[in-house]
Amino acid sequence: MAELDSSGGGGKKKGGKVRSKKQNARVDMTPMVDLMFLLITFFMLTTTLAKPQAMDLAMPDKDEKNDDKFEVADTRTMTILLGARDRLEWYIGSVDKPISAPQLDNYGKKGIRKAILDKIKEVRAKTGKGLIVLIKASDKSNYKNLVDILDEMKITNVGVNGGTYAIVDITEPEIGLLKRDGIF
Amino acid sequence: MPKVKVPRKSTVIDMTAMCDVASLLLTFFILTATARQPEPLPVDTPSSVVKIKLPSTDIATLTIGEGKVFFGVAGQPIRERMLERMGERYNIQFTPQEKKRFSLMESFGVPIGQLKQIIALKGDQRNQPGLQKGIPTDSVGQNASELREWIYNARYATKELNDQELRISIKGDSKENVKLVKKVIAILQSQEVNKFSLITSLEGAD
Repeated sequence: MAELDSSGGGGKKKGGKVRSKKQNARVDMTPMVDLMFLLITFFMLTTTLAKPQAMDLAMPDKDEKNDDKFEVADTRTMTILLGARDRLEWYIGSVDKPISAPQLDNYGKKGIRKAILDKIKEVRAKTGKGLIVLIKASDKSNYKNLVDILDEMKITNVGVNGGTYAIVDITEPEIGLLKRDGIF
Repeated sequence: MPKVKVPRKSTVIDMTAMCDVASLLLTFFILTATARQPEPLPVDTPSSVVKIKLPSTDIATLTIGEGKVFFGVAGQPIRERMLERMGERYNIQFTPQEKKRFSLMESFGVPIGQLKQIIALKGDQRNQPGLQKGIPTDSVGQNASELREWIYNARYATKELNDQELRISIKGDSKENVKLVKKVIAILQSQEVNKFSLITSLEGAD
C-alpha cells in the first residue's frame, strides 16, 4: 500500500538530551480507495438514474362535435375498466352485448397481463388481426392504475402487429357494471 | 519430508496512482451531478418499465398531485417570454426584476392574481408545502382556464424563441385520482396537443 514515510530524521543524532523515538508511520490507504470507489459508483448511478423516464402517450384528436365513437369490431375489442381499490374488470365486445362475460382481475403478471396475452393469441387465431384494447378509467381509480395498465400495454406488445390501445371515456352502463361487481 | 520453504516476495503495491485516478473520477462525477431544485409539490411518480429518458430542453412539466396542478417550463428566456404574454393577456404589469426572478423558478402553482406575491418570496419560502394552491383548471365563463393559457403561451414562446415545438410531460402522483389527470389531458387535447409523455420512475420488469 502507499506509505507515508514520516521517519525522516530518525537517523540524525540529537545532541545530548532526550531523543524522541520516531516510529516509521505507515498509513495503509486501502480503506480510502475503497471508500472512493464506493462514492464514485454512488454518484455515477444517482446522476443517471435521477433523470426521470418518460412514457409516451398519444391521444386521438378530440373533436368537440363528434364524441369518440369508435367503429371497432366487437370480436377484437377488449375493454378494461379501472375500478377502485386497485381492481379492474374486463370484457370482450360491447357493454350491452359482451362476447365474454365481464371478469374481475388484478394488476400484474398473473392477473391482467395473462388475460391480455391470452386474448391477443385468441383474436389473432380467430380473425388474423390484432387486439384492440380500450382503457376506461373510472373516477375512483388512481393515476398509478392508469400507468400500470399502459405499462402492461408495453410489456404485452399490444401495439405491434396491428393491435392498438386507446384511453377512452367511461360510459354509464360500464359504471353500472363496476358498481354491480363492487369495485366502484 | 523436509518442509519446503517457498521464498516469499513482498506483496506491497504502491496504490498512489490508483488513489489519484479514483479521486479524479470522483471529482468529475460530483461536479457533473446537478443539484436538484426543491420542488413546491413533492410527487411520488408511479413506476413503469419504459427506459426512454426525458429530454431536458423545450419541455414543459405539469405536476399533478394533491388535487393541484403545477406548471414548469425548461429554459429561462422561454419563461420570461411566457410571463410577458400572460401579463398581456391578464392585464398585469411585471417589472423586469420580477420577470428575472420568475425566470429562475422551476415550477409554480398559483392563480395569476397571486403570482406577484410568490415571485417576491424567497426560494425556500416559496416551496413551503401547502403554500401554493395550484393553477386553476376550470374555465371562467367564456374564458379558457388559466392552465390552458399558461400552456398556450409556453408553446407560443418556445415556437417564437427556439422555433421548436414544446414537448409536454405529465408528472403525476401515484395516488392521485384519475379525474384531474383526465381533465388536464382534456385541456391539452382542446389545444390539439395529442402527444405527451408521462413521467415515471424506473421499474424492473418482473
